Order: sequence, then structure tokens, then C-alpha cells
Amino acid sequence: MNQLYDLAVGPLTWLAIGVFVIGSLYRLAAMYAMAKKKDGPYLTYMSWRFSLRSIMHWITPFGSLGWKENPALTIVTFIFHICLILVPIFLMSHIVLWDQFKGISYPALPDGAADLMSVAVILACLYFIWRRVSDPTVKFVTSCQDWTVLILVLLTFCTGFLSYHQIGSSLVMTTLHILCGEAMLIAIPFTRLSHMIFGLFTRAYIGSEFGNVRKARDW
Amino acid sequence: MQAASTWDWTPGKKTILEDATACSSEYEWMQESVASPDGESLAAIVKLGDEEFTMCVNGEPWENVFEKAWNPKYSPDGRLTAIVMTDMAWTVAIEAEAWEETYDFVWNTSFSENGEIVAASIQSEGRYGWNVDGTPWDELFENANNFVLSKDGSATAAAVQVKSLAQADIAGFQSGIFSVAVGGVAWDSIFMNCWTPAFDATASKVATAIRTSLYDYSVAVDGKAWPASFACVWEPAFNPATGEVVAPVRHQGAWGMAQDGKILWKPAFFQCWRPAFSDDGKILAAIVAPEYGKFTVAVNGRPWEAMFPVVTDLVMSPDGATIAAQSSEDNVNFRIMVNGKVWNGTYDMAFGPVVGPGGNVACRVEKAGKQAILLNGKAYPESFDQAFDPIFSPDGGKVLIRGVAGGKYQRIVAEAGAFKG
Amino acid sequence: MSTIADRRIEDAGLEAGIARLTPEKIKKTIEAVLAGECGARLKTYIETCVRCGMCAKACHYYMSHKDPSYAPVGKVKQTMWEIINKKGDVTPEFIHQCAQVAYTECNLCRRCMHYCPLGIDTAYIMSVVRRICHKLGVTPQYIQDTAHSHSATMNQMWVKDDEWIDTLFWQEDEARDEMPNLRIPLDKEGADFMYSVIAPEPKFRTQLIYQAAYIFNAAGLNWTMPSFPGWDNSNMAMFTGDSEIMARIERQHFEAAQRLRVKRIVMGECGHAFRAVYDMGNRWLGWKWHPVPVVHSIEFFWELLTSGKIKIAQKYPGPVTVHDPCNTIRGRGLMDKLREVVNMICDGIVEMHPNREHNYCCCAGGGVINCGPPFKNVRIVGNKIKAEQLKATGVKTCVAPCHNCHGGLDDIIHKFDVGMELKFLGDIIYQCMEKPEAE
Repeated sequence: MNQLYDLAVGPLTWLAIGVFVIGSLYRLAAMYAMAKKKDGPYLTYMSWRFSLRSIMHWITPFGSLGWKENPALTIVTFIFHICLILVPIFLMSHIVLWDQFKGISYPALPDGAADLMSVAVILACLYFIWRRVSDPTVKFVTSCQDWTVLILVLLTFCTGFLSYHQIGSSLVMTTLHILCGEAMLIAIPFTRLSHMIFGLFTRAYIGSEFGNVRKARDW
Repeated sequence: MQAASTWDWTPGKKTILEDATACSSEYEWMQESVASPDGESLAAIVKLGDEEFTMCVNGEPWENVFEKAWNPKYSPDGRLTAIVMTDMAWTVAIEAEAWEETYDFVWNTSFSENGEIVAASIQSEGRYGWNVDGTPWDELFENANNFVLSKDGSATAAAVQVKSLAQADIAGFQSGIFSVAVGGVAWDSIFMNCWTPAFDATASKVATAIRTSLYDYSVAVDGKAWPASFACVWEPAFNPATGEVVAPVRHQGAWGMAQDGKILWKPAFFQCWRPAFSDDGKILAAIVAPEYGKFTVAVNGRPWEAMFPVVTDLVMSPDGATIAAQSSEDNVNFRIMVNGKVWNGTYDMAFGPVVGPGGNVACRVEKAGKQAILLNGKAYPESFDQAFDPIFSPDGGKVLIRGVAGGKYQRIVAEAGAFKG
Repeated sequence: MSTIADRRIEDAGLEAGIARLTPEKIKKTIEAVLAGECGARLKTYIETCVRCGMCAKACHYYMSHKDPSYAPVGKVKQTMWEIINKKGDVTPEFIHQCAQVAYTECNLCRRCMHYCPLGIDTAYIMSVVRRICHKLGVTPQYIQDTAHSHSATMNQMWVKDDEWIDTLFWQEDEARDEMPNLRIPLDKEGADFMYSVIAPEPKFRTQLIYQAAYIFNAAGLNWTMPSFPGWDNSNMAMFTGDSEIMARIERQHFEAAQRLRVKRIVMGECGHAFRAVYDMGNRWLGWKWHPVPVVHSIEFFWELLTSGKIKIAQKYPGPVTVHDPCNTIRGRGLMDKLREVVNMICDGIVEMHPNREHNYCCCAGGGVINCGPPFKNVRIVGNKIKAEQLKATGVKTCVAPCHNCHGGLDDIIHKFDVGMELKFLGDIIYQCMEKPEAE
């Protein structure tokens, strides 16, 4: 197990980060090249002003019709995404690792807050799972991949939570936690999670079409 | 427009009508006026009374009045025509004399290049075709459109419906109900669609854009389709020297030019249309868009450098040495382009460049509600409330300007030196 | 849980279409469309959709049935995802289902874009499905017949060259009983605007041409209509997926305006035609914007009323409600001008909720009503939500500046006993304007 831990915290971490960064960049570059080649005319309507206008409305809770009409999902979605991004970056235990391996250090979230935020992510995942099972519309369109990425996030945060609270074998939990996190990073460029890299662009595009051409709101 | 040397080409201005709206008969209203090619006459439809319409020419109405009249046009040889109705029957009146034959409807008055032949589209008891100088096609069709008259006026063609179609019979339509009739005789071959038929230089052959299935476009020449099909095609044109047929074609999402079914200009444009040949067939020009939203003219496949959001009105001198077109942005900022060079001025409207002998280019333009005539980029000093397209003298050295200014209809013969603006 | 397979509808066009298909042809065609015509937009839309289902509430079909298979994402699942997952290895019967979903259960109204955080354009995805169906020859009979008409006559209703002109003369004659010096000026070069209409106007709703001519004459405008093809601004080929014919129609329409050297094109009260001219045709033809500016009647009436060229003698009685047509509101942002016009001509507005860009569709647009009788009931019961919305206003008049909306709303008004009259802006302006004294 120690060996596995060493592997996970060492080479595999770099591999995961590498795949995530290079994979994301590659996917963005490839998508842009494809857009230029196949959707060239549509790119000409892109506008910074209307892209940002659209993005601003949609990263504001209840800033759009979709958010307003789905209040519970909106609250959970915003909490989930904020915590999902902040916790891994600003968790003290993660910063310690950065410091240990790369000598990089920056302010951390208070442990209590990070703990609460992790719980929030776990609860949000449980809400999403409940929604996928109980809401017929969501159930109708849910496929294997949706479960995979959701479980991956849930497992990452659960194992993280358990290892922080030293429930179960600390080494096992931590190792599992790291492996899950790495799997998640690797999955981002190649699964549904790629909405993380493409989402801003699809939003910006439709925002530009609505603002620039159709002179109407898209929120 | 073929200018005649017999016209008065003495440089100078002549006021033809002190009051362009005058008419010796009292009228209820006068419609838009048309000027004769030689500039000596100005005519407009006038309504004299209840169901009494006629043409008023230089202030004098025709003797005949009609229940309706529309589409006044001067033939290139200076005869005034209008489409007129009497007793619910339509025909064409030429210099006040109506054709004897009447129809249930008449439209699309057309002329041979020298103006001697007058033709019009007709509908009689629900059947459609051409009428040339008062004589209709022997056979009329259930429907006809895309009417075309050869340059010399000796031949007529149209896309015609040769089979009946029941309501919403989509299979019937897709099996083909259209063809092209030349001189009233339909081709044996039938296609799903036929568009924009065109005659060759000798008026003996016809090429037309066709669709053979919902997805396959091609060109048919005298009823025979090219072996190749394309994603889309636009209007074909004959090479006047060789008789080869070209048409803009779409292949794998881009436009190029095909000749007799084979690619001539590699499909690399966002658009390509309006092919035009020089008389010797050596120069082929077309309006193209090398980039999305950027149009220009390509000559033998090579686009000019100057590009604009919109380019229209491509014209070429018979020798191919002068090629002109106009550009615009959002339907304003009109510019004239000649052989790839852009004239300095921008205008609220341009009415299509006219190429004259010797490679001179003239154009009617409008700015702030006033129309002016340009020659090779320079404006004639006088402007008009309403002008007509410029006409070159047979030697190309002078320009006939026709227009209404301050209520007066004027005819001006201007030498090149008079264009200073 | 129902799916499209549970509500299969027989249609002569669809049945004949799938009877001609083979698996090889389907696969080849799908691959050609996906590889040749689709790119990053479709790819990102398919890939990034997180299947959250938020878009369900956007769709009037879903809101009326509460059936997941009518949700926008449900429609994509039943069509495009399957097509992509199976790499085109789908059955003819599946193509029938795709066609039924894409042509008759989606109005391409774009309301769902206001619900999707990722900005996924479901209408575009449905348009690609339609394109595939068109390429496979599987299109509903009636809309296909309309597309055929467009291709053969350059108008929607098989109107022949002369019938168009004759109809204008007839309306001119009729209107001269009321305004003796009225003209419908044909082919007037250099006019301020070309007025274009949809072919159902000369065919069935000639009164609208009469009214427009009356209004333009009373306002003393410099206008024209073409006597030649290009006068019809409608475009059902856009909705069958026949982009080539769609573009041919739009070229003809714009070139008519260019030939007449007019400054602008003013379009009658039609929404889908506006979409075709304003948003679709120019792009396929390579014009980034419009070669001739395009003005919808809503905006044009607004200009006439605010400039005082038309004055209202007495406002139309009673408060009215306003229906926001997708293609001029979400498609062009004319919601404020529409309200200003209605306030100038009517006695107050009782709003429907939601409204403006968030309006519910009429359920006729996107070519759905043009698919004809076989699908009529589906689109009527599929828009119960709109009927409820209309009823809740409690008013007796609904202003809807769009032909398709009239068709769709008229049907639900009858079906659900809404008890409401429908008006075009032109109807009310013509009725309520200060009229010049007849001599």
C-alpha cells in the first residue's frame, strides 16, 4: 500500500496533472481548429462584449431564466461548483504537498470551512444522484457516463473527507482519495466533465449570436 | 443599350420638357417616368379617369386609353411599350398600337438587343408561354417561368411544367414535371427543377441549371444533363467562342466553376455566381467570395484584391479588357470597381456600371437624394432629382445624360472632359 | 415513460421516405452530413451537455404533457445522441422517429437556450436532424410539397408569375373603392423600401396586402413591390433541411431588392420568413450581414407611428394581450418596439407570463404547422400551456404579429375554448388610423 501511495502521490499526480493540462489544451486547440475549418462563418459573429455579458448573467445565481425556474438545482449547482473548485486548490493538506514537492505555498482555507465545503460537495452529489433517479426527465437522459463522473466526484470527496477525519485506514483512504482525484483530472478533457473547458465558449458563442445578431437576451 | 450615330451627339444641354409632369390632358395621377434611349422623350403612365390609363409622352397622351396599363418600357430602338388591358384582356401596346392578340395576362416585356423584336410572357386560359411580336408559342404549358429571350431575339425559352401535379403529390414532383421549352417545344427530358436557361451566342443551344433529385444539381444542355452532379449550381453561361458551358458549382461546401461538367475553377469560394464571358471566350469573370462575408470579382479564377461585403452588377466589355462591378456595405457606401481598382467616391446608391467603347465606364449614382453621372470615377457637375442610366456614343467619346432636375427634363451630351467632379 | 415510438404518426411523406431506405444509405448519408457539414458546434453541444434536464421547462410540449420525451434534451437523446452513438447504424424506422421529433415536436423556437447554462443550441441540433432526414428523403408530405413549390415557383403556394401581379392589381382595385388614388407601385426603381410578403397573403389573406397598401399610401411612402419572383419572403425549405433551396429563395429575394435599387426591405407580419431572411439565408449565401437591410413590420409600424406618418384616430377598445413571436423577439429583440406599437394603437396591454424573450411559442412555427393535418392534434394539445397563458390574461384580444403564430394560436383558442380574437398589428392600425377623407 505504501508503494501504491508513493506512486499515487508522486508520478501519477504529475501524470494526471499533465494529462489534464495537456489534454485540455489539446482539446481546446483541436476544437478551435475544427471550428475555424468547419464553423468559420459562425466564429465571425463572436463578440467580447456579448460573450462576457452572457457569461456574467449565467455565473450569477438566479441571473437567468433557467436558474430562476430551477431554484433548488441552482443553489446546489452553485455551491457544488464553487466548493468543487475551491477545496482542492485551497485545502491545507494539498498546499502542504505542493510545498513539499515544489516549494509552492499560498494561503489555505481554514480546515473547518474546507471540511464543511467538502461535505457540501458530497451532499450536492447525493442530491444529483437523487435527481437522476427520481426526476423522470433527468432519468430519461441519464447514461452510464453521467453516473461514472458523478461517482468519481463523490468518491474523491468521500475518501478525502474520511481520510481527513481519519476514519478507516488513513493510508488506504488517502491513497484512494488521491487515485480518485487523479482519475477525475484525467477524465476532465475526455468526458462530460469537459464542459469545464468548453462551457465558457459555448456560452460565449450563443451570447454573441443573441447579442450581436439577434439583439436579444440569452438569459 | 445600343446607341445610334443618328442621334444628336452635339455636346450640350437641351431641355426637352420645361415641366416633366406636364400632360396636355388632365390626369388624376402620373406614375414613374421612363426616358427614351436617345433622350428625346420622357414618358409615364397617366390615369386620365375611371379605368382610363394611357402613356403620356413629352406631355402628349397616346390617343388610345386602356382600362389598365403597367410596365412602361422603351425598346433599345426607341419604341415605347406598355402592357395594357382592355375589356379584361391583356396585351402589349407599342407606340400606342396594341397587339391584336390578347391574353388573360401579359408580363415581362423583353427586347432583342437591337430592339427590333418585342416579346412578352403570356397566360391564356391557364396556359403559359412566350409571345414574340404578337405571335404566341404554338404550344402553351400548364406553368412557365424563368423566361429568356436570346440576345438577337430570334429564340425564346422558359422552364415549363410538362406534367400535371395533384395536390401535395410529392412523389409526382420528385419524379419530374419540369422541362425547358425552346420556341414552345419542350425538351424530351424532364427534371425536378429547371432554372435560369441561357442561350448560346448563336441562339441555337440552351443550357439550364437543373435539379435531378432533391440533392443532385447539374446543368442540362439541349436537354442532355452533364454526367456530373453537384451539391448546388447557379446560372450557366455559354462560352461565346467555343460553345462550352460553364456554371458555378458547389462541391464539399465550397463554390467553384465547372465547365461541361468538369471543375474549371477549384471550389474554394464561399460564393461564386454571375459568370460572364468576353466575346472571344478567353476571359471568364464571376462574382466570388474568397472569404466569408467578403465579395469581389474573379477573372479566370483569380479574385481581385479589393473585397467588400456585397458585390453586384458585374459587366464586361465585349473584348474583356474592361470589367466593372459595384460594391456596397449595408446597402450604402456604394463604390465602383473597374478591373480591380476602386473609384474614390462612395455613394448612397449606385445603379450599375455601364461599360462603353474604348473601356470607359460610366455609372449613375445617388448621394443625399441627388443623382449624378460618373465617368471613369469623375462626376458630371450637374445633379438630378431623377436621372436615367448613362449611354455612350457609338465611338465611346461622349455620354448621353438624361435626367429631371428642378422639374425640367433635360438631355445632355457630355464630352469626357466635362466630367470633373 | 413514453418515447417517440409510442406516438408514431403515419404520414405519406415519412412512410414513402423510409420505404426507400437501406441501412447502408442511412449510414452513408449520416456520415456525410456529420463529417461534411457539422463541426465544433455540434461536437461541443453533444459532448458538454451534462444531462441536467434544466431545459425541460423551456419547452411548451413538455410543459403541456410533462413527459420527459418531449423535453429538449429528451428530443436530442432520441435523435442525435443515438445517431452519433451508433455511428449512423440506425434503422429506417428510427429515421421516421427522428423526422417526427425534429419536424413536428420541435418548433426551433430557441426558448431552451434561456434554460441551458452551457448555451447549447437545441434548435440547431434539431436542424441538423432535419438536414439528415431531408438528405434521406424522409420529410412530412405537406411541408415537402411546400418546399417543392418554393423550388419550382420561388414562392410557397405554387403561385404562378402572373397570378401574383394579378392579385396585386385586384387588391389595388378593391382598395381604390376606399382610397381612389391608391397605388401598389410595381418595380419602382429606387423606392425607399421593397415590401415583401409570404405567399399565403396573395393566396388566402389578400386583405393583408390591401391593408398594407392602404397604410403605406395614407402615410405617403415611397415604396414598391416586385412584379417578378423574389416577392415571397417565406421559406419552408429552411425548415425541411433543404439548405440549397433555402438559399436559392433568399438569393432571389435579396436580388429582387437589389434589382429595384431600394434602400431597405420591409417584411410583412411573418416570423419564420424574418428568420430566413435575417438570420439564415444571408449566411449560407456568404453574406455576413444583409446585402439590403431587413425591417420587420413591427419595427416599421413603430417608425410610422413614432414619426407621426400614421396617426391613430381612436385606440382599439379594451386591453389586449401581446404574443411575442419567437423569430422577431428571441430572433431580433423587437419586444420593446412591439409593446410601444401596441400601446400606441390599443387601449392598454395585459401581459402574458412569461413574456418577451421568455414567451412560450405558438407551437405552429419552425415548419410544424406546415407539416399539415397528420400532426395537427399533436401541436394543439402540445400547447395547452399557451392556452392557459392566454386565458389567464382575461382579455378578449391577442395581438400576434406573425402568420404562423396566428395559425397556431387560432387552433388552441378553439380547442381550449379560450374565447379570444387574434389580430395582426396591420389589422388594428388599418382599423383605427386616421383615414384620409375619401373624395
